[in-house]
Amino acid sequence: MSVSARSTILSQFEQVAREQNRKLAPLSDDLVLMDSGLDSLCFAIVVARLEDSLGYDPFGAAEDARFPVTLGDFVAFYEDAAKK
Amino acid sequence: MLQKNEAVSLAQALGDTAHPSQRFIWSAHSQAALEELAAGSSLACGVEELRARSVLILTREQLTAALALMQIDGIARRLVLCPPDVDIAQLPVVMASAEVDVVVSDYAPADIGITDSASFVSCGSHITPAGAVRGAQQATEWVLFTSGTSGAPKMVSHSLASLAGAINADGRLAGANVWSTFYDIRRYGGLQIFLRALLGGGSLALSDTEESAAAFLIRAGSHAVTHMTGTPSHWRRALMSGAASRITPQYVRLSGEIADQAILDSLRRQYPRATIAHAFASTEAGVAFEVEDGLAGIPASYFVHPNNEVTLKVEGGSLRIRSPRTARRYLGGESAVLVDGNGFVDTGDILELRDGRYYFSGRRGGIINVGGLKVHPEEVEAVINRHPRVQMSLVKSRKNPVTGAIVVAEIVLKPQASPTESAGENAAVKSEILENCHRALAAHKVPAAIHIVPSLEVTPSGKVARPNA
Repeated sequence: MSVSARSTILSQFEQVAREQNRKLAPLSDDLVLMDSGLDSLCFAIVVARLEDSLGYDPFGAAEDARFPVTLGDFVAFYEDAAKK
Repeated sequence: MLQKNEAVSLAQALGDTAHPSQRFIWSAHSQAALEELAAGSSLACGVEELRARSVLILTREQLTAALALMQIDGIARRLVLCPPDVDIAQLPVVMASAEVDVVVSDYAPADIGITDSASFVSCGSHITPAGAVRGAQQATEWVLFTSGTSGAPKMVSHSLASLAGAINADGRLAGANVWSTFYDIRRYGGLQIFLRALLGGGSLALSDTEESAAAFLIRAGSHAVTHMTGTPSHWRRALMSGAASRITPQYVRLSGEIADQAILDSLRRQYPRATIAHAFASTEAGVAFEVEDGLAGIPASYFVHPNNEVTLKVEGGSLRIRSPRTARRYLGGESAVLVDGNGFVDTGDILELRDGRYYFSGRRGGIINVGGLKVHPEEVEAVINRHPRVQMSLVKSRKNPVTGAIVVAEIVLKPQASPTESAGENAAVKSEILENCHRALAAHKVPAAIHIVPSLEVTPSGKVARPNA
């Protein structure tokens, strides 16, 4: 499950960057999301698409809401939500 | 504390300030000391030349607009403040309907289509000593643009008194505070913060569109910002920037979008000692109220006891506001009615009562607010419906943790001659629709997801049923 969440997330980053004509920084766990080349609207689209493809939205569900800073945080959000 | 806010003009309010030194407006590249403005000018003409005229302020930089406002308010008959994204092509219409006779700008006249140099005054961020004694001050009419509609811009009429009404009422926000805002001060939300800083005796750090959220927060932190404001989307971006800890505000304010519990809780965790307030304000209705109990929604008690001269009610499902801070009227010919017979402005925001609190559930007409930018579903549907395979479509809002809401579409396809629809074909139709949308619409209006559905509900009048319509 976690492997597929990660690969789904990474391919969604790439697809949205393509659609929005954004240059995506090399994707690594310590990449700060706001430095990735994607803007807020791009992240909003990524989260909406991931909800469709993975079937859950870890932000909407979280009682202990936090906002991810790095790509590693972002992936961990989805992986943690998948375990619940 | 002086009642500075009852001043006739900004210049008068600044003149009344006991200690104008040590007060600044900072931009990303420059700064202005308010002290210098008392005996100086950023305008290429003497300010008296603008007396009793209708002046349009159109600038590239927020700082140049801020300085121009401080000098021209109280002198001009009318001030028209252009937002940063004003369509230059619409300028002749704007100037005609606001009877503008002088444009004050940091652009070259030719860049904004001005050919008559007699009606143009250049302004900058540099203050040169002018020495002139300030002349008599009169109340200037302020004209602001309302947000987000397509076509000819809609303008509303305010006064310094209506704009500053909420500031008078909230004296505890006065003092030598350092304000900053993610907003642009040329729109209502940002203008409120500009006025709070000026009238309250503080300083202001301006945002910059060229700057990342992290760079802005670091810069705001370097000015020791105490009061910071923005939309929930701005704050989410701040929390995701990795630089949220670079500011330690005493006061954090959210407005312009629905503040959900997640963003309120996250800000509470990030800034445990700050007052965290979410507010309702709009260009038309003015500042209506602030909620400071850390919970989403509005306590129902706000609707029972009028607070600070503001009366709230829910009628026809939507929030209505009566207050001395509402705009007076729309400007221009076919102007709609802004205030009803009883003095209420209909905000168009739909409220639902649950467990003693009112919660925003959307906008009348299904208008979608994507990170503070409004989207009319019909405009997006018109583009989708151009695709030959689309029979009908419904564009609606979906809750989103990053931008508050995002645009999604449901489409019904026309029946095919050969009913062998493959998943591949449907995917191709979706991507063609998306391409059409990308070509015709601003990025925030393009649906994030398109779902093919077997049917859509249609009202008895033959229109697609719209949620909250």
